[in-house]
Amino acid sequence: MIGEIFTVTFITGLIGATLRMSTPIILATLGEIITERSGVLNLGIEGTMLFGAAIGFLTTLATGNLWLGVLMAALAGMLLALLMSVLAVYLGLSQHVSGLGITLFASGLSMFIYRLVVGSPTIPPTVTPFTPVAIPLLSKIPLIGPSFFNQYALTYITWILIPLVSIFLFKTRGGLRVRTVGQNPFAADTVGVNVNLTRTLCVVVGGAFFGVAGAFLTLAQQNMFLMDVIGGRGWIAIAMTIFGNWNPLAGAGGALIFGFLDAFQLRMQSLGVNLPFHVFLMIPYLVTILALIGVSGKASVPAGLLKPYRREEKGG
Amino acid sequence: MISMNIVKRKPLPHWVRIVIPFAAVVITLLLAAIPILFAGGNLGKAYSSLFYGALGNRFNLLETFVKSSPLILTGLAVAFAFRARFWNIGAEGQLFAGAIMAAVIGIYFPGLPPYILVPFIMVSGFLAGGLWAAVPAFLKTKWKVDDVVTTLLLNYVMIHLMGSLLFGPLQAPGSSWPRSSAIADAAHYPMLIARSRFHIGIPLAFALVLIIWFINSKTVFGYQSKGVGINIRAAAFGGINTNMVILKTALISGGLAGLAGVGEVCAIQYHLLMDISPGYGYTGIVIAMLGNLHPIGVALAAFFFSIINVGAQTMSRMAGVPVYISGVIEGVALMVMLIFLLLSEYKIRWKRS
Repeated sequence: MIGEIFTVTFITGLIGATLRMSTPIILATLGEIITERSGVLNLGIEGTMLFGAAIGFLTTLATGNLWLGVLMAALAGMLLALLMSVLAVYLGLSQHVSGLGITLFASGLSMFIYRLVVGSPTIPPTVTPFTPVAIPLLSKIPLIGPSFFNQYALTYITWILIPLVSIFLFKTRGGLRVRTVGQNPFAADTVGVNVNLTRTLCVVVGGAFFGVAGAFLTLAQQNMFLMDVIGGRGWIAIAMTIFGNWNPLAGAGGALIFGFLDAFQLRMQSLGVNLPFHVFLMIPYLVTILALIGVSGKASVPAGLLKPYRREEKGG
Repeated sequence: MISMNIVKRKPLPHWVRIVIPFAAVVITLLLAAIPILFAGGNLGKAYSSLFYGALGNRFNLLETFVKSSPLILTGLAVAFAFRARFWNIGAEGQLFAGAIMAAVIGIYFPGLPPYILVPFIMVSGFLAGGLWAAVPAFLKTKWKVDDVVTTLLLNYVMIHLMGSLLFGPLQAPGSSWPRSSAIADAAHYPMLIARSRFHIGIPLAFALVLIIWFINSKTVFGYQSKGVGINIRAAAFGGINTNMVILKTALISGGLAGLAGVGEVCAIQYHLLMDISPGYGYTGIVIAMLGNLHPIGVALAAFFFSIINVGAQTMSRMAGVPVYISGVIEGVALMVMLIFLLLSEYKIRWKRS
């Protein structure tokens, strides 16, 4: 049994699966970091991902075009994010409640639209999903090649996005503006930054990330739409945002650990190893809670998070 | 360029505040007409089958009451916590804690008479949910760990805990499904109306609405928890042990959600299974907001949601509108209600600049 576990094929397979399974969580975490850095907590993430998963899947089902599905998923996510901005940014309603409302609404809407389009056939319809793209030469490197360089295009894009989001937030004027709006909206307003517009842009960009993260699940990792396809990955992204201290690199690192534990327990199950796999699945949540205790008081929570910005309440 | 400003308005008369939720429901049903028409449903037929399906005859009406009881309990749980600004997003996990406790006692103490066993299960389920909610409350009070995130994460810890029990020690012998053995007959909630599932948990839920209302408005603790919610620093300055108030609030809040889980095991399923709750804990958050965190409001909102959930089944059969319309209606109801509540306190001023 032990021999079976530590073969080269097993290890490359495990690394490959880890990267694959962490992709949607990394994407969602990046989206949530951008959103929260501007001062908005978007708990609509779980429902927005499901909406992206549904719209992306249905688009591809109708047209056969996978990338059009991804694009529509991004737009679907942006649309819901726009609704979130109207409620939480412009009207200044409670971010917790607006977000949960979006999740409830979007979950209902996703399944409603899916049923309307496909009806209730006994076998759920499927699409021909994305296939892994082997990168020439690199994919031939032993061990590393098959695991790192034989992934879905969306996984590569996600890995490119991690440093890009980090550079944007910490090295550009735009990023500085976002962080100021999230940290001290009154100061940002004083120097002429449109607080609510900046926040809305961040929420909408975040929404696009959520939508694509959802579509990854229905167009790459799987090839069909199921009601529980998101399975709490949105909430995990919320946790990873805090776990990573609102830093894209650290957040992605957390998501990677999550992906690893998930991939590991799945592989153990398929090998027939009798692990209490639910105990395994519990670990990442417990670790995150412990990490939260560790960073409490030290965490660089954007100071403006959860606070709607109204000029009349200056200094309030 | 037109800019928008939100400014406080003078307090509205009392009757307007009472009318608001009902107006929100009307607007919601008008908005929900859009997806219904989109689905090719006939509006008259859709809404009449919705209300007939939920209220139209004895069986349907009783079923709506049955479905309302877990929603009342989780709604109360969340409202009670939110009032003290303990952001309990974890009613789902607390419900599971209560359900697990009910199953364990119901399976392993079959010899006790019902009049001892049922109250024993209720109290234990209440405590299980309450203690599970006390964990994030403790983390919040001790180390200022964000309660939204911990309560949310603990839901998944509880789900996987339940999974490991249902694939392990609690799994029914010979079963390959994650499902427990049946609980003892003596653990069943007594049924109060013949030929229905109208069980003792339903009047209990309504009684708890009154009890929570009493605690909120007539007791020192209710006054203290409200104070903590409004301004925790002022409350502490005024001599209130705010940590203790938050912990007690969490205990009661989680306990109420735990009772919802007990009801599902002891009155509906008689087993513990993974899908014991279709998200009652999360819906409870929406119900609490819709009820404006007031116990009576919670009961009305929960009953409204129950009408939508039960009626949507009939509407789906009669008018061909997918049953998931219920989630859409509930989401819209929440957003409309939030906007109405905002407009009851603030005015929106448009400025041309």
